[in-house]
Amino acid sequence: MDIRSAAIDLGLISPEIIILASAMVVLLLGTVLKSRGLMAFLSLLGLVVGLVLVLQQWSQPQSGYYGMVLKDNFSVFFSVVFIMTAIITLLMARDYLIAKHIDRHEFYTLLMFSTVGMMLMAGSTDLVVIFLGLEIMSVPLYVMAGMNKIDPKSNESGIKYFMIGAFASSFLVFGIALLYGASGTTDLRRIMADFSFLKMQSELLLYSGALLVMTGFAFKVAAVPFHMWVPDVYEGAPTPVTGFFSVGPKAAGFAALLRICVYGFSGMAELTAVFWLLAVLTMVVGNVLAIFQNNIKRMLAYSSIAHAGYILVALTAGGEGAVSSAVYYLLAYMFFNLGGFTIVTIIDSRTGSNSQIDEIKGLAGRHPYLASLLALFMFALAGFPPTAGFMGKFYIFSEAVRNGFVWLTVIAVMNSLVSVFYYLRVVVAAFFGKPDQEFSPVSFSPALFIALLVTAVGTLALGCFPGYWLELSQMSMFPII
Amino acid sequence: MEQQILTLVTFFPVIGVALLLLVPRERADTIKAVSLIVSFVTFLFSLLMYVMFDPVANGMQFEINIPWIAAFGIHYHLGIDGISLLLIMLTTILSVIAILSSWTAIKTGVKGYYISMLLLETGMLGVFVSLDLFLFYVFWEAMLVPMYFLIGVWGGPRRIYAAIKFVLFTMFGSLLMLVALLYLFFLYHGYAGEYSFDLLKIYEMPIPLGAQTYMFLAFALAFAIKVPVWPFHTWLPDAHVEAPTAGSVILAGVLLKMGTYGFLRVCLPVFPEATIQFVPLISILALIGIVYGALVAMVQRDVKSLVAFSSVSHLGFVMLGMMALNVQGMEGSVIQMINHGISTGALFLIVGMIYERRHTRLIADFGGLAKSMPVFSTFFMIVALSSIGLPLTNGFVGEFLILLGTFKANSTYAIIAASGVILAACYMLWMLQRVIFGKLTKPENEKLVDLNIRERLVLIPLIVLIFWIGIYPKPFFIRMEPAVKAILSMVHKVDRADVERKEGIHVAQPTCVGTTCTISGGGAGCGK
Repeated sequence: MDIRSAAIDLGLISPEIIILASAMVVLLLGTVLKSRGLMAFLSLLGLVVGLVLVLQQWSQPQSGYYGMVLKDNFSVFFSVVFIMTAIITLLMARDYLIAKHIDRHEFYTLLMFSTVGMMLMAGSTDLVVIFLGLEIMSVPLYVMAGMNKIDPKSNESGIKYFMIGAFASSFLVFGIALLYGASGTTDLRRIMADFSFLKMQSELLLYSGALLVMTGFAFKVAAVPFHMWVPDVYEGAPTPVTGFFSVGPKAAGFAALLRICVYGFSGMAELTAVFWLLAVLTMVVGNVLAIFQNNIKRMLAYSSIAHAGYILVALTAGGEGAVSSAVYYLLAYMFFNLGGFTIVTIIDSRTGSNSQIDEIKGLAGRHPYLASLLALFMFALAGFPPTAGFMGKFYIFSEAVRNGFVWLTVIAVMNSLVSVFYYLRVVVAAFFGKPDQEFSPVSFSPALFIALLVTAVGTLALGCFPGYWLELSQMSMFPII
Repeated sequence: MEQQILTLVTFFPVIGVALLLLVPRERADTIKAVSLIVSFVTFLFSLLMYVMFDPVANGMQFEINIPWIAAFGIHYHLGIDGISLLLIMLTTILSVIAILSSWTAIKTGVKGYYISMLLLETGMLGVFVSLDLFLFYVFWEAMLVPMYFLIGVWGGPRRIYAAIKFVLFTMFGSLLMLVALLYLFFLYHGYAGEYSFDLLKIYEMPIPLGAQTYMFLAFALAFAIKVPVWPFHTWLPDAHVEAPTAGSVILAGVLLKMGTYGFLRVCLPVFPEATIQFVPLISILALIGIVYGALVAMVQRDVKSLVAFSSVSHLGFVMLGMMALNVQGMEGSVIQMINHGISTGALFLIVGMIYERRHTRLIADFGGLAKSMPVFSTFFMIVALSSIGLPLTNGFVGEFLILLGTFKANSTYAIIAASGVILAACYMLWMLQRVIFGKLTKPENEKLVDLNIRERLVLIPLIVLIFWIGIYPKPFFIRMEPAVKAILSMVHKVDRADVERKEGIHVAQPTCVGTTCTISGGGAGCGK
């Protein structure tokens, strides 16, 4: 593939510019105008235009800004995931924010800022730019987590996330510094090109740098043992924000991990063992602890840890097919996880909700279609065919077996079995449980309807007719470094 | 038509689901009518397929093979032979009957119930028609979901426990099967240089014995849990007892057959050497199941759990016959799968009918029903006798062939298994005696109304089948024979080649393996 390269090319970063500009417009207009609906609409518009512009860049790899920005299929694919996540979050958040009296225009601004940060993370091979992207992504997230000012749990969530985020960033920066010390550059492509020479010259610096960078991202993707913050942060944050947390930053973290560790450090075979250990720990701890949760948001928090574990299995397997499987899984995961969160958000919008699993009891009697969708998303999370969850796991496990990690796959499938138990608890509550008191009905808006439609169609389409999507993910598995 | 008939039969119930979604949920009668008609039309299509089926042809019929997921070489590959044909017929008949039998029993969530029933039918049919292992797995797993809801929403008091146990047990096996499936997939890639889950292609691949053993264990575990082979049966009594009547009928009638079918379709032909290696183990487990199931059935106080444990015993016969690895044993095994579906399905229906009237299933609560409900008691009698295996009923044909085949393979096994027939007579007749004979002691039982037209309509087709198979089973045997012989030749092909290649090695092998091989050789002779 030929890479068109220019020093300064605004067209290259036009999606980021559009989204950033709309964020600014919303931020400024919001102080003058009262209509929050208009703000939400403008943000949606900005994100959709950004999405269209990103899609234009598919299959036309370009690089610019002295190699600091790279738009290959890998980054385009991830950008689409990020923007879709933001759009679905926005759609599901509107009614919740109104119900909880926190409908502020800053929410939309922060959402878009964060999205731009993720896009930068996925679209660069320079460690400094990746770090910059990470910070642009993270800082708005801290604010969003603590948005519900009158709720102490939300405050706790924001502060905790901030502390841990800062902690993780310091690991990352230190790692980057060590790598720079070893190689004299922050450009992954050059580190990779000189790898064998660097390894001879300064092995210790290189390896400790790589491990520290990995640790930094392990915090972001919530791999065990760097997961302690997840349940509290997820529980305390406003529900749509939690949904955003569980997909967006995680996907961004994996985008960076894939580019840096699987490609950049492809010469370090030893990393496989680290990933193996991380994968097993993450799956086991996430799944086992999820069983004991009575709060659905905490349960989904542990479940998101477990899902990070499955993706780490792909990273352990290594190789191009494995990268493609991780990419496919993240796309699938975005659909069904956000779908699940949309329904939890709807239920949480009722007054006096504490997001307990018991509150779902009786949903099927009152809203059978909503309950069926909830069941669909739960079965997808558990990995039942013919949903996207099954195809995603199938792809990852097949890559693991192909690369000889049969026992790792056995551990992974046994973890899936454990996960079936706690996902079914939600279905049990929705369908089989008798409500303690009359189930208070939930309200619906067109925005929620669209969010549910998109996620449900995505969940089924990626499961029943995965061919096209598999091709897309395979086309994006060769990041150009 | 030839090409499309299987797709039509398999997915016609899904069209019914789409129709049901359009019907408002208050209109219960419309919902029932639509699902009954849809399942009946599905049955008619399967009947058409039965007529079009060439009974003597070898190989798969009505094959359709189009690419589905190109990246993995996965094809939408359907096709049937005589064995799947019979199981499909059983499925479509039992589905109609199950839907008709739930007419008055299901009062809440009618719409969801019939949607689940129809989805379940598609899932089961899909398992029997798939020739692509990926497709097979998808149907195998997807079918769990509607069954889970049937037990969990419309089941008895301990339904939640039973539903979750059912799903977790089945998933445990099938997830390990998934790993083995993937291993097999890459093994085939190494052998043929292309990616494929196509069962017919995988049949032709020789697999080293070590790998065969592991994969056989993974597949066999998944199927054994489903059958269920002792000691993996513990989910079955719970699921059976808690499921609504129609759910039990489908569960016993068809779902358990998916396990035995899996052995026939996948384990035996793909891993022939491992199969021969594991014949003694599986046979012994089957024997334990036969005796244990019968003994436990004998002490049950609830009629439904008695029938449930009798399933464990009967499925032990099916597995034993299959493991004889000769024509008689395997044909008996296949016909016994059908028989068990008919007889046990009918037994569950009968239990359901009496439960609807009395809201109890305890044997002690009944007695002398023959006086108050003569028609009911007659039906009950016939079905129970067919379950025992009385001559002229279907059970006799199946059990006789199984014992015959087993005797040829290993006479000790046959003798132990025969005791299971006697035990079956014990628990069944004793139960009959306490339920329908004797004096009418309870006043509640005096006023019981006999079967109405719908209930008779539900049972009569099964009674007809009981006698048909019992008196003139030839049409069924003709159709399954080429398929059975094909499977046996695949099992023994390797065996014979092995014998020819390294003659005399067998003598040096441990006795048990040696015996099996000699006997299987004999079976192959019969197979010709």
